[in-house]
Amino acid sequence: MAVTHPHARTAIVRTEAPLKRWFLRHPGAMRGLVIALLLLIWEFAARFLLDSDFISPPSVVLMSLGTLFATPGVPKALGLALYEIAIGFALAAVIGAGIGLAVGLSRFAHRSFMPIILLLYGLPQVTILPIFVLLFGIGAASKIAFGVSHGMFPIMISVAAGVQKINPVLRTSARSMGASRAQILYHVIFPHAVPSFFTGLRLGMTGVLLGVLLAELYVSTAGIGFFTSLFTQNLEPTRLIGLVAMLAVIAVVLNEIVRRAELHYGRWRA
Amino acid sequence: MNSREPLAIRIASRGVQAFFLLGLLLVWFVATNVWHISTILLPNPLNVWQQLIDVVRSGEFVGDLRITLTEFASAFTIAVALGVTVGYSISRSRYLIKVFEPLFSAIYAIPIILFLPLYVMIWGLGPPSKIALGATIGFFPIVLNTISGFGSVDRTLTSAARSMGASDMQMFWHVLLPAALPIVLAGLRMGFTVALLSVIGSETIAALAGLGHRIVNLAENMEMARMFAYIVFVVAIVAVLNVALTMIEAYARWQ
Repeated sequence: MAVTHPHARTAIVRTEAPLKRWFLRHPGAMRGLVIALLLLIWEFAARFLLDSDFISPPSVVLMSLGTLFATPGVPKALGLALYEIAIGFALAAVIGAGIGLAVGLSRFAHRSFMPIILLLYGLPQVTILPIFVLLFGIGAASKIAFGVSHGMFPIMISVAAGVQKINPVLRTSARSMGASRAQILYHVIFPHAVPSFFTGLRLGMTGVLLGVLLAELYVSTAGIGFFTSLFTQNLEPTRLIGLVAMLAVIAVVLNEIVRRAELHYGRWRA
Repeated sequence: MNSREPLAIRIASRGVQAFFLLGLLLVWFVATNVWHISTILLPNPLNVWQQLIDVVRSGEFVGDLRITLTEFASAFTIAVALGVTVGYSISRSRYLIKVFEPLFSAIYAIPIILFLPLYVMIWGLGPPSKIALGATIGFFPIVLNTISGFGSVDRTLTSAARSMGASDMQMFWHVLLPAALPIVLAGLRMGFTVALLSVIGSETIAALAGLGHRIVNLAENMEMARMFAYIVFVVAIVAVLNVALTMIEAYARWQ
């Protein structure tokens, strides 16, 4: 019976060692184990197999984070990148939500301008990165502008789609009960656009991070790009990996914040 | 979209689109010819057009185009091979999906372009670092969609096929693949786009040759008209590749 039964595997699992059973019940613990194993392989390979001029073991990177932050200019460059991401994200949210609302509120505007927005969004923006730097200089402005141009389209498209999807009965009944345009906007449109706005914000954050970091890496005379090219040229893998890891942590934290916000504010609709 | 809409409205919205794009071109023309905006900021559209014709006629683009396309083709091939194999292997077990899917999603949330300096340090300024970056960036959407495509095949379908005595091969070709294909194809499409853009982007940041590098070079030499011409050229190439992909995709779905 136990052999031919379709759930034979579970029957066998019950008889396995308790440790294996525990791991089968906790996939998260197994994930942690996989990550630890990968780090160990990296540590071993970097210490014994690979050229230490090009790669450092994770333990050394972690221990040398102090010297990374002691490098003159690095904390300032990281802070500046964070500032650019914040300003870029705020601008992308305002522009994206504004244009998204304007385009989404009227059927005619939606039909006319949505194809243009999708066309612009589909363009490979990275080709015009040098133009941004020529126009706005090598400072924060060009990076903010490039982040905004990457982040505003997903917000725009998401907000416009959210506003379009609002049941027309709600708008009509609000109007027939004597609501003014402003009242409809404030009490009907805005609450219904909130979930898609936060979905847009999550996608927009990905875009802003990409835009700002692309521009940061491209400009090699200032900011993050200066240090990445400096560390690369001086063959300092420890500080390079440390710097990249710091930026990755910033990106993960910011993504997680907007993802939580989306979960929180998108829930009421479901 | 909706054929019930009155014809007048459809024509009017097309008109608005045409007017908007023409207006943009007109503003560009007037800004350079009448308001005399510095050609370093904005080159004359006629000039850009002449440069574009010159770039195409002289065949100067061939070398850079070949490098960019070779890098992209290698990167995409690696991403597809790894992404589909790894994704399919993981999708065969619910437990492995629970272990690996959140891990891949978490890494996918990092802007992987950050790894470019590391890749350049390890593989140098030439094509290998671009191939590695394109392959890394393309891998994640492909593996995630392969997992969700093969992992979400309805269990009634698989157990019905099993109970009717389907072999592993029959199971794959007649049950799993048709059910998973739309999602896997969507992943391949995303991987295609991000791999192409990251190859061009990494050429822009640090490279010795390629279309992205050419654009940066022209920008540094302040040859704005020719740079715009190359940007138009690259946009056209990307558009052509996308159309080709759409046609292949339609063919695969039809099959």
